[in-house]
Amino acid sequence: MTPELLTWLIPLPPILAFAVIVLLTHRSNRLSHTLAVGAMFVSWGLAMTVFWAAITTPELGQRPFASSIDWLPSGVEALRIGILIDPLSAITLFFVAWTCLAIFVYSIGYHNYGKPRDPADRAGLPPHKGGIEPMYARFFAFISLFAFGMLTLVISDNLLLLFIGWEIMGLCSYLLIGFWYGKDSAKKAMVKAFITTRVGDVFMLLGIAYLYSATGTLNYREILFNEEVLHSLAEAPSGVLGMSAAGLIGLLLFLGTVGKSAQWPLHVWLPDAMEGPTPVSAMIHAATMVSAGVYFAVRFFPLLTAGWAEGEPLTVTMRVVAFIGAFTALFAATIALAQRDIKRVLAYSTISQLGYMVAAVGIGAYVAAAFHLVTHAFFKALLFLGSGSVIHGMEHGLAASSTNAAQAMPGQEGPAGVHKAHAHVDAQDMFNMGGLRRKMPRTFVTFVIGGFALAGFPLLTAGFWSKDEILADAFGNGHLAVFLTLAAAALLTAFYTMRQITLTFLGEPRTEAARHAHESTATMTVPLLVLAVFSVAAGWVGIPESWTGGRVPNWFHSFVGGTLLEHPPAAPFHWAPLLTSVGVSLGGLLLGWLVYRRVAAGAPDPARKPLGFVYTVLERKYGFDEFYDWAFVRPAYWFAETFSYLWIDRGVIDGILHAVARTALRLGSIFRNYFDKPVVNGLMGDGTASVVKWAGRQLRAVQTGRVQQYLIAGLIVTGILLSYVLVVRP
Amino acid sequence: MIPLSWFLILAAALFSIGLYGVLARRNAVAILMGIELMLNAVNLNLVAFWRYVAPGSIAGQAFAVMVFAVAASEAAVGLALILSIYRQRSTVAAEEINLLKW
Amino acid sequence: MTALQIVFLIAAAFTLLSALLVVTRPNLVHASLWLIASLAGVAVLFVLLEAGFLAAVQVVIYIGAIAILIIFAVMLTRRVMSDSGPQVNRNWWGAALSALLIFGGLLGLFSQVPAVGSAFPAAIANADGLLEDLGRSLVDVNRYVLPFEVASVLLLAAMIGAIVIARPAAREEGEE
Repeated sequence: MTPELLTWLIPLPPILAFAVIVLLTHRSNRLSHTLAVGAMFVSWGLAMTVFWAAITTPELGQRPFASSIDWLPSGVEALRIGILIDPLSAITLFFVAWTCLAIFVYSIGYHNYGKPRDPADRAGLPPHKGGIEPMYARFFAFISLFAFGMLTLVISDNLLLLFIGWEIMGLCSYLLIGFWYGKDSAKKAMVKAFITTRVGDVFMLLGIAYLYSATGTLNYREILFNEEVLHSLAEAPSGVLGMSAAGLIGLLLFLGTVGKSAQWPLHVWLPDAMEGPTPVSAMIHAATMVSAGVYFAVRFFPLLTAGWAEGEPLTVTMRVVAFIGAFTALFAATIALAQRDIKRVLAYSTISQLGYMVAAVGIGAYVAAAFHLVTHAFFKALLFLGSGSVIHGMEHGLAASSTNAAQAMPGQEGPAGVHKAHAHVDAQDMFNMGGLRRKMPRTFVTFVIGGFALAGFPLLTAGFWSKDEILADAFGNGHLAVFLTLAAAALLTAFYTMRQITLTFLGEPRTEAARHAHESTATMTVPLLVLAVFSVAAGWVGIPESWTGGRVPNWFHSFVGGTLLEHPPAAPFHWAPLLTSVGVSLGGLLLGWLVYRRVAAGAPDPARKPLGFVYTVLERKYGFDEFYDWAFVRPAYWFAETFSYLWIDRGVIDGILHAVARTALRLGSIFRNYFDKPVVNGLMGDGTASVVKWAGRQLRAVQTGRVQQYLIAGLIVTGILLSYVLVVRP
Repeated sequence: MIPLSWFLILAAALFSIGLYGVLARRNAVAILMGIELMLNAVNLNLVAFWRYVAPGSIAGQAFAVMVFAVAASEAAVGLALILSIYRQRSTVAAEEINLLKW
Repeated sequence: MTALQIVFLIAAAFTLLSALLVVTRPNLVHASLWLIASLAGVAVLFVLLEAGFLAAVQVVIYIGAIAILIIFAVMLTRRVMSDSGPQVNRNWWGAALSALLIFGGLLGLFSQVPAVGSAFPAAIANADGLLEDLGRSLVDVNRYVLPFEVASVLLLAAMIGAIVIARPAAREEGEE
C-alpha cells in the first residue's frame, strides 16, 4: 500500500459510482446518493492518507510520489501518463477532497431527499414546493463524474492527463449548469459557459502543442523541475512579439486559465453559471473547477516565470498575467456592488478572488497564490452552500406564506398553484430577505464566518492570512500598481460582503417569505460547520515567520515552497501592507453595515442615488455581455444560419446535388426517349415482334387446309431433295 | 422379248397420271380413282420385277396379292369417309373440306 | 417387232389413254367407266407377264368390286357435284408439275436398275405349279402366312371401319 498506489486509486471510486448510477441504480434515489457519497468518502479517505504520507515526507519537492505507465505508443518511446504528488498537488488534493465531500453530503439535503415527489414537478425544472428533485440520481451521477475529472487533474503528472481532466470538468460544468434544462436561461447559460471556456482551451491546446514540439515531453518534472529545459525555453525566440518560447507558451497556457477561471475578458460565463443548482455553483464554480485554472497557473509558475529571478523586473508574460489578474479583481468587485441576487454577488466575488491569485502568480508570489487558492476554496464553498441554505429557507417561506395567502383568498390556484400567486417574489433576491439570523441561526453563523474570511477579517479568518501575504508580496517587491489595485479591490470586497450579510441576515424580514423561512436540515448545515472550521483554521498554517519572530515556523511556506527548484524567499515584513489590509478589511465591513442596515421592504438600493449612473453601469456589468453578443455571438449565428446553412449548405451543396439529380433525370429521360423506347422497345422489342407477326401471317397462308396442296408441296420439296441427294451429290 | 424398261416406263407413266388425278381433281371420288390408278401402277411394277428379276421366288406375286387387299380395304374405307362427309357437309369437293385452315 | 410386243404396245396405249381420260373427264360416271377400261388393260398386262392368277384377281377385285364401289359412291354423291363446273382445282398446274417431276424421277431411278435392259425374261422354272406355289406360300408358316393373316385382319378392320363411318347419325337415344 504505497502512497503511489493509493494515489492511482483516488479517482477510481467516483467514476465507478458514475457508471453504476447511470447504468444500474438511477431509479433508486437512495442507492444513487449512497453510492456517490460513499465513493467520494472512499476517495476522501485515500486522499487524506496520501496527504498524511505527503506531509510526513521530508523534502517532498525533491522526492515526490511519482509513478507512471506507458500509455500511447509513439515512435521509439511511448507517451507516458502517471501520477505525481508533490507539495502543491498534495495541498490541492487536501482541499479538493474536503470540499467535494462536504458538497456531496450537502446535495442530499439540498435536493430535498426524504420529501415526497411532488406530482406537479417535471424533470428538467426545479421543484416548486420542496418536493424531491425529479432528476436526483442524475445529479449525483454528474457530480461523481466531475469529482473524477478534478481528482484526475490534481494527481496528474503531465499536461495531457491534466487536459483530459480539464475537459471532463468542462463537460460536467456544461451538464450541470444546464441541469434544469427546462429553463431557457439555463440552456443559454450552459452553452455560454462551454463556448467561452472553449476559447481559452483552444489557446491552451496551442500552448500544449508548442510545448510538446519544443521539448518533446509533457511531463511536469521533466519540464518544470529541469533547469536546462527551462533555460533553453527562456532563451529560444518564438518569433512572436519578441517573446521567448517560454514566454509565448506561458501566455498561451495562461489563456486557458483565463477561460477556466473566468478572468477578464472571458469572465462572462461565470455569473450566468449560477443557473445551476447551488451545490454545483459551490463545487464547480467556486471551489474546484475554477480553482483548477489557478492550480494550473501555479503549477506552471516555473514556465511562466522562466527567465525571471526574484527581484528582477517582470517578464512580458508575467506582466500580462499580473495585469489581467489585478484588473479582474477590481473589475469584478465593482460589479458585485450592484448585484441583487445572492448567488451573483458570490459569483463576481469568485471572479475577483481568482484575480487575486492570478495577480499573485503574475508578480511571482508563488506561495501566496497557492495559499489563497486553498483558503478561498474553503470559504467560498462555505459561502455558496450557505447561500443555498438561505435560498432553500426562502423557498420554504414562500411556500408557507403562499399557503396562508391561498387560504386567505381561495380560488386563485392555477396549475402552478403557489407560484402563480406571487411569481414575482424572487427567492434569491437579497432585497427580499432580511432578519434571517433568527430563522436560520446556523446558516447565519457559518455564513458570517465565511463572509469575514472573504473580507479578510484580521487574524481570525483564513482569508486574512492569505490575502495579506499577497499584498505584502506585492508591496515588498515594489509592484505598487498591483498593490494599490488589489487593496482597492479588498476594500470593495469587504464592503459588498457586509452588504450581503446585512441585507440577508440582519435587520427585519422584508417579505412574507423571509418571515416564514426556517433552518435547513442537518445534511445541509453540518457541511457548513465543517467548512467554517477550515475557513478559520486553514490560515493558521501559513502565518508568516516575521510575525512570530521565527518561533512558529511557516509550515505552509516551507512545505509548498519546496515544490519549486529553488525555495522562494519569504516576503520581508512591512507595516504598510499590513495596515492597509487590516484597514480596508475592517473599514469595508463597517461601511457596508452602515449603509445597508436600514433598508426597508421595497426600498431601492441605498447606493443607487449617490453613485447615480455609475450604479447603473455596474448593475449592467459594464455591458460586456451585450458587447460580446453583438461582436461575436450574432456574427457567429449569422455565419451559421445564413452563410453556412442557407448559402453554402442549401445553396451550393444542395444546388450541386439538385443539379446532379436534374442532370441524371434528364440523361435518364433522354436515354429512355431516344434509345430505350425507339431502339430497344421499338426496334428490338416491338420490331422483332412485328416482324415475327408479319412473317407468321405470311407463312400462315401455307396452311390452307386443302390436302391436295399439302401433297403437292410435299412432293415438290421431296423431289428437289431427292434429286439433290441422288443426282447432284454423288 | 419385251424389255423390262417398257414395263417400267409404263408403270411410271401410269403412276404419274394417277398422281395428277389425285392432286388436281376437285371431287373426292375422283381423287380416289386416281389413287386406284397409282396402286395399279405399283402392282404392275411389282409383277414386272418379279417376272424379270426373280421369277423363282413367289414373293413378288404374294406381295401383289397383299397390295390388292390393301387397295380394296382402302377403297372401302375411303368411300365410307366420303359418304360420311357428304352427309355432314353436303359437299364432296376436297377444297371445301378445309377445317385445318389457319 | 414380235407379236407380243405389238400386243404390249396396244395394251399399254389403251391403259394410258384410259388413265388420262379418267383424270380429265369432268363427268364422273364417264371417268369411272374409263377407270374400268384402264383396270382391264392392266389385267391384260398381267397376262403378258405370265401372272394369270393376278390378272384374274385384278378383274374380279378391282373391276368387280372396287370400280363398282366407286360407281356407287358417284351415284350417292351425284346430287351435289353436277357435271358442270370446274373439275380441277386451282393448283392443277402444280399437280401437273409434280406429276412430271415424279415421272422424271422415277425414270431416273429405273435407269439405275441393273436389270433394266434385259429383254428376255428367264423361263419360269415351274410354270404350271405357280398357282399352287402361290397358294402354299400364303399359308406356309415359314413363308408368308403372317402377311396373309395381317391382310385379312386389315380387311376385317376396314370392313368394320367402313360400316361405322358410313352409318347414318344416331337416330334416337338409346339406340345401340
